[in-house]
Amino acid sequence: MSTWLRNNQVPALAGLAAALLCAAIALIFFYAPVDEDGLNQKIFYFHVPIAFTAYACFGWGAWKGLLVLWKGRPGADLESYVAIHQGVIFGAMTLITGSLWAKFRWGVWWTWSERQLVLFLVLFLFYSAYFMLRYSLEPGPQRENLCAVYALFGVVLIPISLLAIRLAENYIHPVAFNKHGPQMATSQFATFMVALAAMVALAGALYRVELLGKRLDARLRELRELLA
Amino acid sequence: MNAYLADVAVLARKDLRLELRARSTVPAMLLFVVAALVVFHFALPSDSSELAANGMLWVAIVFTALLGLTRAFVAEREQRLIDGLLLAPCDRSAIWLAKTLSVLGFLVIAEVIALPAFALFFSGIDGATVAGVALADLGICAVGTVLAAMAVAGRARELLLPLLFLPLAIPIVVGGVGASVAGEPARYLGFLALYDAVFAIISWASFEYVVTE
Repeated sequence: MSTWLRNNQVPALAGLAAALLCAAIALIFFYAPVDEDGLNQKIFYFHVPIAFTAYACFGWGAWKGLLVLWKGRPGADLESYVAIHQGVIFGAMTLITGSLWAKFRWGVWWTWSERQLVLFLVLFLFYSAYFMLRYSLEPGPQRENLCAVYALFGVVLIPISLLAIRLAENYIHPVAFNKHGPQMATSQFATFMVALAAMVALAGALYRVELLGKRLDARLRELRELLA
Repeated sequence: MNAYLADVAVLARKDLRLELRARSTVPAMLLFVVAALVVFHFALPSDSSELAANGMLWVAIVFTALLGLTRAFVAEREQRLIDGLLLAPCDRSAIWLAKTLSVLGFLVIAEVIALPAFALFFSGIDGATVAGVALADLGICAVGTVLAAMAVAGRARELLLPLLFLPLAIPIVVGGVGASVAGEPARYLGFLALYDAVFAIISWASFEYVVTE
């Protein structure tokens, strides 16, 4: 069993992600109670896990960037790039689901007083520039270093921006977590945790698939150059 | 420590002397910031509040800084000066500190003109705004120097720097505008100081990797 798992990590991870997603959707619609906001509150179980997953991707990308700078590990640059790519995709999904939720909850597509949305807009702009930076450089050790430094700036920017947005806006964002623990029913919290696990597993599976593809591409290019 | 500071002083003096002889950056920044303020006067409707004008001051400062930062590493890249600097027996972070100080100097010169011009064209400025501008300058130059060094390494160069810099400048604008318009500026100034400290440390630590090839 363990040998099979080791040889088939990606299919196993993808299967786990699919199973968790199905479980999460079942729990969201059949188990978690409909609260006073009505059915639109269900998007909470997608929006917030997607946002957390995006943070995790950015953090993972920065960690891999740190490994590039600190240990000079080969391959860490590609892993950092793929993680940030995933983060941008999940960040865009956070913006879209957040915007939809805002429309149903407050009747507007965009509100500057929703601080997570504003933060994700800032991060989206920041990490989109990451791609501009990466593709304006020649592949090589310098590009690896610059991208790693930029990824590290990103994880520093996240708390700083959050603080800035908190200072700037009188916020109306519902506070689901505070220092007294999660402000929701146990069934809601359990559903939320399953949804979060599903999103993280999905991101992990996508990350591994993307990484496999990129490595295959690089290997293929090497072989072609050898033949030419 | 003294040797480090001496390196920084020599490198910063080199930038200032280059500017004194070529006069390529500071006059452009001065002209730009005054022109921007005039444009903003016409961009604001005549009955708009003074608060809106305060926001414009911050836009002018950020873009003027961007202009200076775009020029910061041009000589290093075009004349391959950076190779000489990297061969010099000094800590690489000294290059960052010296460049930050020289850009800061240019920006302060531009603001010495811009703030009175703003007071003349729009409304008076108070001590909190000046303190906010001073703190914001530190953060802008610290972060901007690293990003400018990144941007010149790429093919896009001038195009790239605003894209890299503006998302990082958003917290500065938040803190700066807050210091200008809020009744209680202390927390905004504190936030700017925090930003400066955090980003100065990470910029100082990471600059070596940005310039080493």
